[in-house]
Amino acid sequence: MDTTTQTTTLETTMRAQMGRTVQDLMAHDERLAVLLADISRPFFAEAFARYPDRTLNLGIQEQTQVSVGAGFALEGYIPVMHSIAPFLVERAFEQIKDDFCFQRLGGNFITIGASYDYSTEGMTHHASGDVQILRSLPGMRIVVPGAPGEFDRLFREAYADAAPTYYRLSDQRNSDEHPVRFGHAEIVKRGEQATVIAVGPMLERTQAAVADFDVTLLYYTTLVPFDGETLRAVCANGRVALVEPFYAGTLTPEVSAALAPLSARIEAIGIPREVPLRYGTPEQHDIANGLTPQGIRARIERFLAE
Amino acid sequence: MTDESATYNADRERILSLMARAVGDEKHETSAYSTLDLLWVLYDRVLRYDPANPRAEDRDRFLLSKGHGPAAFYAILADKGFFSPDTLDSFERWESILGAHPDRTLVPGAEVSTGSLGHGLPMAVGMALALRAKHSDRRVFALMGDGECNEGTIWESVLQAGNTHLGNLTGIFANNFSSSLNLGDLAAKLTAFGWHAMTIDGRDHEQIYAALTTTDPARPTAVVALIHQ
Repeated sequence: MDTTTQTTTLETTMRAQMGRTVQDLMAHDERLAVLLADISRPFFAEAFARYPDRTLNLGIQEQTQVSVGAGFALEGYIPVMHSIAPFLVERAFEQIKDDFCFQRLGGNFITIGASYDYSTEGMTHHASGDVQILRSLPGMRIVVPGAPGEFDRLFREAYADAAPTYYRLSDQRNSDEHPVRFGHAEIVKRGEQATVIAVGPMLERTQAAVADFDVTLLYYTTLVPFDGETLRAVCANGRVALVEPFYAGTLTPEVSAALAPLSARIEAIGIPREVPLRYGTPEQHDIANGLTPQGIRARIERFLAE
Repeated sequence: MTDESATYNADRERILSLMARAVGDEKHETSAYSTLDLLWVLYDRVLRYDPANPRAEDRDRFLLSKGHGPAAFYAILADKGFFSPDTLDSFERWESILGAHPDRTLVPGAEVSTGSLGHGLPMAVGMALALRAKHSDRRVFALMGDGECNEGTIWESVLQAGNTHLGNLTGIFANNFSSSLNLGDLAAKLTAFGWHAMTIDGRDHEQIYAALTTTDPARPTAVVALIHQ
């Protein structure tokens, strides 16, 4: 299913930014090749016209899409593979593992449809477990921007690094863009009682939730490699509230490892591991999962009171 | 017998003796011996390569898509100088570069790491598309087993190669009748997917040579090689 619907709001989406950024780089870097699976073709219209040899729509075959991408990488290209998250990541997981990670090839995997962005499409189109499974792969890097301009910054910085890199784009976004850098967390505010980690699109609502709390707020857009140094520098008491836009607790191992030998107490706020049975809007899912500013505030308030 | 055949008989004995040094993968012995004639003709008479520079840009590419039973592949690579024949003695050992499935990061001459079935052909399609983008005239060969043809990605990439008119791609479908599913007339199926397909005797090296040197600029070529043990 392609939900490509051109509206004026698309101009401010991460998806539209993906098209702008990648096409701009293609003009300057002849190694870049774009491989699509019937998703987001209009966003690459310029590339199809100007660079037809390295802009291919392969049809609806995501596993082959990833292996074809590996073939391009083997020939010296930097492939960009794009589709909806469950199909590119979960359906083609073995191809990402064997053909890119185990062969030590570089490539860029960009998805839309994070978690329940496609809330009306039902459980097959949800993708709350993508980061969890990708972080199991050796060499895989994971990026979760919170705004279109952040994708632009992070992609330009990392796309040519000869490493497999996952960019998780979402319809959920923060209003403000931050000067993010690949591999670095940003200290948004400082406090004493605990450290709150907001991942990608969770920042704005988390900022609102903890505005008057005595906590440090860290903003992560690169998840792997995880910036443990910044966390260690600000978190002396081991108390961490993790606010994630995917399955709750996905980054718990990274946080625990970063704080070791300090014993961490982690409050994991995110999407529960349940079969998604509801349709409706993403906002309704946020309410049900406690991922509104009010819901996040209530969880962190209880955590601080322990 | 042609002179080629007479020469080949001597070569075959040498390769068989090299294969015998790679001990430990007896469960895939049939798989290994099935590919012997195809790979020998390919490496002896068809492929362009430089063992001293296995990643040279002007080489032809060969991908052992099925990965299984690589003893013949390793023996021929050793015979052609990609690595020392003594390396075969270490097959499957802790310190060896040679495992039961080839690893491109370890084996000189191995274009890809394979073993999980159904990965090599789609990677070969990617390489063929990339070579076309580079305006290279080099060819890409991929060898699949008939059992491997049970995998969906083989048929995804067969469809892909037909649709993209990959004249620089040759698929060698080594059919040793090990597939649990009846594949029917493979050449007819591949023709229907837009390939230029032919069926040959996979032990007859003149037929193999003729098939592997056949190309169609508008279509990928499929060589269905029947191998009766």
